Amino acid sequence: MTSTLVKKSLIIAFSTSLIAGIYTVQADTTKIGQGEGQLDVIAWPGYLERGESDKNYDWVTGFEKETGCKVNVKTAGTSDEMVSLMNKGGYDLVTASGDASLRLVAGKKVQPINTALVPSWSTVDSRLQNAPWHTVGGKHYGVPYQWGPNVLMYNTTTFKTAPTSWGTVFEPQNLPDGKPNKGRIQAYDGPIYIADAALYLMKKDPSLGIKDPYELNEKQYAAVLKLLRQQKTLTHRYWHDVTVQMTDFKKEGVVASGAWPYQVNALKTEKQPIASVIPTEGATGWADTTMLATKAKHPNCAYKWLEHSLAPATQVGVAEWFGSNPVVPTACKTKAPGGSDFCGDNGFSRYAEIKFWRTPQAKCSLKEGCVPYSRWTSDYIAIMGGR
Amino acid sequence: MQSSIINADTSKPFGRKFSNTLYRKNNLFLFLLLTPPLLWFGVVYLGSLFALLWQSFYTFDSFSMAVSNDLTLENYRSLFDATNFDIILRTLTMAVAVTLATALIGFPIAYYMTRYGSRAEKGFFYIAVMLPMWASYIVKTYAWTVILSQQGILYWCINHLGLSGALNHVLQIPAIGGNTLATSNLGRFIVFTYIWLPFMILPIQAALERVPTNLLQASADLGAKPAQTFRRVLLPLVFPGVVAGSIFTFSLTLGDYIIPQLIGPSGLYIGTMVYTMQGSVGNMPLAAAFTVVPITLIFIYLSLAKRTGAFDAL
Repeated sequence: MTSTLVKKSLIIAFSTSLIAGIYTVQADTTKIGQGEGQLDVIAWPGYLERGESDKNYDWVTGFEKETGCKVNVKTAGTSDEMVSLMNKGGYDLVTASGDASLRLVAGKKVQPINTALVPSWSTVDSRLQNAPWHTVGGKHYGVPYQWGPNVLMYNTTTFKTAPTSWGTVFEPQNLPDGKPNKGRIQAYDGPIYIADAALYLMKKDPSLGIKDPYELNEKQYAAVLKLLRQQKTLTHRYWHDVTVQMTDFKKEGVVASGAWPYQVNALKTEKQPIASVIPTEGATGWADTTMLATKAKHPNCAYKWLEHSLAPATQVGVAEWFGSNPVVPTACKTKAPGGSDFCGDNGFSRYAEIKFWRTPQAKCSLKEGCVPYSRWTSDYIAIMGGR
Repeated sequence: MQSSIINADTSKPFGRKFSNTLYRKNNLFLFLLLTPPLLWFGVVYLGSLFALLWQSFYTFDSFSMAVSNDLTLENYRSLFDATNFDIILRTLTMAVAVTLATALIGFPIAYYMTRYGSRAEKGFFYIAVMLPMWASYIVKTYAWTVILSQQGILYWCINHLGLSGALNHVLQIPAIGGNTLATSNLGRFIVFTYIWLPFMILPIQAALERVPTNLLQASADLGAKPAQTFRRVLLPLVFPGVVAGSIFTFSLTLGDYIIPQLIGPSGLYIGTMVYTMQGSVGNMPLAAAFTVVPITLIFIYLSLAKRTGAFDAL
């Protein structure tokens, strides 16, 4: 019994490696063949739902029935985890954010895709089709999946009207309830948050001449760090973990912080007095791309999924479930499983005000060069440590 | 006669012949027996450790954010930069504080368990000490974020006891305090102490079990006061156990990266620093240099402990 099992699995392993050997050679796929029966995807939690959390949210089962590709999802909590999983290999697709996608391209972990094989490519938001976080040298290293803003989450008992500026979390001031904001606001525990401060200064202090919060010269960078050091004296803590942040809003008296729509939706579901806003300065945000691994073992199933990922039903389901926006504009008119106005709720019309996450690099559009991400990290560590 | 014995020998099954050979060649036997564990220890265990340490000499170029194989001492030098040194001091202080606290709390518990507990009580204490270790460490830490929060049970108790004024005063002490319990070093210290306490109690308890009761009685007979007996007889005999426990609590606190993320103020610890450097920046060399810090600190700690004679009684 056992030996037949071993034999069987050996045969399967051998044949998959054969198939893999044949299919990994193709650099420019020109035609989608028969599905390989399997697909391994790394995704954010909530990005690929098969109706297990809520039977109304299922955009995987139908795909499996239609194509015969069994989908295995490996969820990852951070961009760094995604990059390290991809470095390990063994996956076909990854839903990478802008702060991971270029690292994957540079590391040659993902391959350019042939957009001709994804018929729905033409329905993708034209503003996202050539987005710099997945387009390198004119080649597209993936298909956009979803995007969303980093919103200003606030407590509606404290703020009777929505705050209008990120100054609420950056400058010492009295909140509408007459008490100071010291100890009642939070900042994000990640160096990428430096961009949020830069975005605020972009509007507040135009003399600095910040054009792009991810491209800062030394002078601008110093001003941004000064603002963040001031913020440090105000923070309750730097949030890192969505669950802890939600507890802090419920039980620790925190009333305003940058956050993701995910926390806002979750707290609203719990009937907490919570709302969110994109302030006048705009917001930073994330845009995720489904990318195809260089050594994908199931490229045909992967291409079938890329097409399926752009179908309005998929886009709408993810958007409402996760609290994000579809990359196919027409999907906004499709009715969501829960019937909400997800495009309105998640800020679809505010696209132009969103500065999407990407990794700051030394070589940039400024002729004097920019401060790279590694320095962002070390300086942000110093600021969080009170230096 | 002679030939028949040889014949008999060759007709024996292979396994038997093999074991006969081994019996005659002791060294070969030892070699075969020890090779697998030595390979494990040498290649997998030490090999990976040295591979990691070796990386700490590589160069990280902060502009291209890439690692090159040029050897440098720069990573070690940068450990002494103000921000990095802060991280080391912060972690070290917490590790020492947690070790002292667990020893102070753990000793009386272990002492009661061994000397006074009835059979049933002993069983109860064993379970009570071990029970927290059966639950996932992450779940316990998350539970503490709820317990310590401003609307949590601890604040509720303090408020009902009318001690909120005292708590606010404590939270205003610079190094210990913070905005609230959950974001203060005091809160983090409480959680660390809670989590590592079993690792201190069990070795002390084992050491106490080995102390013969008649030594304590003899000490009393010869006129020593209880405090003297404790200081001159009991403590020297149990000290190796305390040191063993403190090695656990000290090194576990030095390397932990979950509790500093979830509870307490925002400054990084060695563990979280390694995590950040390795994960989000890809600065493996600096991460490796940081891992050398706890190794060095533990070495220093062990040599200090040895000097006090902690291992003489082993």
